[in-house]
Amino acid sequence: MPETPPEPQDASERDVTSERDAAPDARTTVGVPPEPPTGEFVPLQTPADPTGRRAILEVDNVTLRFGGVVALDQVNFNLYEGEILGLIGPNGAGKTTCFNAMTGVYTPTSGEIRFLGEKLSGRARYKITKLGIARTFQNIRLFPEMTAMENVMVGADAHHKTSVPSALLRLPRYWQEERSGRERSHELLDFVGIRRHDEAARNLSYGEQRRLEIARALATSPKMLCLDEPAAGFNPAEKESLLQLIRDIRGTGVTVLLIEHDMRLVMGVTDRIVVLEFGKKIAEGSPAEIRDNPKVIAAYLGVPADAA
Amino acid sequence: MTDVRTRWRGFRHGVSQRWDRQPKATKIGLILVFIVFLYALPERGFYEYLGLPLGEYIPLYTTRNDMATVLFQCGYYILLAMGLNIVVGYAGLLDLGFFGFFAVGAYTVATLTSPNSKIFTEYNWLESPWPWLVALPLAIALSLLAGVILGWPVLRLRGDYLAIVTLGFAEMIRIVAQQNDWIFNGDRGIARIAHPPGKNSDGSPIFAFDAKPYYWLILTVIIAMVFLIRNLVRSRVGRAWVAIREDEDAAELMGVPTYKFKLWAFAMGAGIGGFSGALWAGQNSFVNASTFRLEQSILVLAAVLLGGAGNIFGAILGGFLVIYVPEWLRSVGDVFGLPEQVRIAGEPYDVSATNLRYLFFGIILIVIMIFRPQGLWANRRRAAELKDREKEAIVGA
Repeated sequence: MPETPPEPQDASERDVTSERDAAPDARTTVGVPPEPPTGEFVPLQTPADPTGRRAILEVDNVTLRFGGVVALDQVNFNLYEGEILGLIGPNGAGKTTCFNAMTGVYTPTSGEIRFLGEKLSGRARYKITKLGIARTFQNIRLFPEMTAMENVMVGADAHHKTSVPSALLRLPRYWQEERSGRERSHELLDFVGIRRHDEAARNLSYGEQRRLEIARALATSPKMLCLDEPAAGFNPAEKESLLQLIRDIRGTGVTVLLIEHDMRLVMGVTDRIVVLEFGKKIAEGSPAEIRDNPKVIAAYLGVPADAA
Repeated sequence: MTDVRTRWRGFRHGVSQRWDRQPKATKIGLILVFIVFLYALPERGFYEYLGLPLGEYIPLYTTRNDMATVLFQCGYYILLAMGLNIVVGYAGLLDLGFFGFFAVGAYTVATLTSPNSKIFTEYNWLESPWPWLVALPLAIALSLLAGVILGWPVLRLRGDYLAIVTLGFAEMIRIVAQQNDWIFNGDRGIARIAHPPGKNSDGSPIFAFDAKPYYWLILTVIIAMVFLIRNLVRSRVGRAWVAIREDEDAAELMGVPTYKFKLWAFAMGAGIGGFSGALWAGQNSFVNASTFRLEQSILVLAAVLLGGAGNIFGAILGGFLVIYVPEWLRSVGDVFGLPEQVRIAGEPYDVSATNLRYLFFGIILIVIMIFRPQGLWANRRRAAELKDREKEAIVGA
């Protein structure tokens, strides 16, 4: 890796996060399509307040049935540009199902999901990715025999056009896309803090694998990133650096949808939270509102016998 | 046993390290020397030059069979293995009927270039037989098309289902060729297929009965193919294939158009298979339906798995071994002076190495697959590991 001199940053919270600050230039390019450079991202003044912002994703009355099981029941919520939305709920509440419906793995039984105003149902999954939705998986699903670098390159290839003829003959497009893809992948790996770029994914540590999934998803130049329990199995220090990473990702202009069980992480990083229980949305609001919402407390802790 | 294996691993590691330490010029030089060696393999003069007595046993030469013919057979199997390696090794699609594409290539050349073909003798669709070189691109294109036509409906299936359908495809081609008197002429076949073009300085054709020029031709094709396939697998296409092999769903969710690339893998493999068939038809000069038996498809698959699926050179090694080893085993009896026959209770039993060679070959295959289930040459990881160590050294400094 080319050594980048550590740049003086605003000294507030930089000390905790480690090597990824060594590549400060990465921050401005991550997550944005390579063609039109978007310039500086203006931090949101009122992240909890959605007024005046465009909805990037609209989940509109979505119901999803598997036979007799209703996995999602008339779920409604919007995700606004530039925010971090937490999707929480007890086990089996339908969070991952909701993710799968958004990324085209499942088609809603009724209702629809719109991304930037376009209906998602009926689209091929890889086309949904190209539209700008990227995701990670609850149980890590990297390409284990490929190197970290190659894993990220697969993501970067989502917007590449090199196909068999240009690859076979190594036409200019091949060289150009290969070069820009490699540069971007190196940047992204530095960004998430993976140093061993040419190590096979399965030889990376558990935490690195989780972060590699994030890098691979970011490589598809998403407008919206869905993280499915990214902190599962992390220790407190790793959670802390993940929290910073999620903020940094949002800082590059990517909207984040986060499924997470760790309440400290969710409360610490999200702008708004949607709570699901048994496939129904039971609450939506800022972390503070959610924390005090009796329905949410009841869903997580159960209803005291005398309250009924 | 473990001792032998660790020592062997140490030896291999040493060799690969020494290789990596060589400057680029040395590497290219050594590769060139090796290529020259490959071209010289069928020449008797080469062995005499090295001072190795022919006619007796020598390590490489096959004494019971013309060396050049054996090498040519290895050549078209290597091409087949390289094609199947794209499908099975890189994209991870189990194709049990790969020889079907070989048949498409061979029959295309046969029907278009042989004056005995019914196209000319009965139907008069064309004025005169085509030259081999003109029929070749069409043979490749048609087998590529066959790959697309087969892959189009079939590649929506996965795993076992795909294997069964491809198996059916190869059998279909064979049975159609066998039953069909209309153009393929069944088991009577098509003879007098044109040879590749070219004349020696004395006016005699280069490609006639001597197998050496065919071997040199196919060796050249293989070398060119190595570069082309390397270009493919070290690009977006190759990454997409490996991603599909490792986790098809994850690949698609990461933006890989999986169906499109699976179809490409099928088409590329089929095209190379057809190329191989066209070359073989040009040398053999005769095609009939019983050439395309199921065992051939299985043998190509065995070659890929033996050599190491997912590595071009593994496929080459595998394709070479599955033909060369049985042929070489023919002459083993002469080396050790084994008897051709034994009499047990007065009855003669044939125990010549020639007849038992597939038994030995089978045993060798089983032993290899027990001790190296990943194939003989599966080295994807090595380069990456070395590079990584280098990087850590730089970061640490």
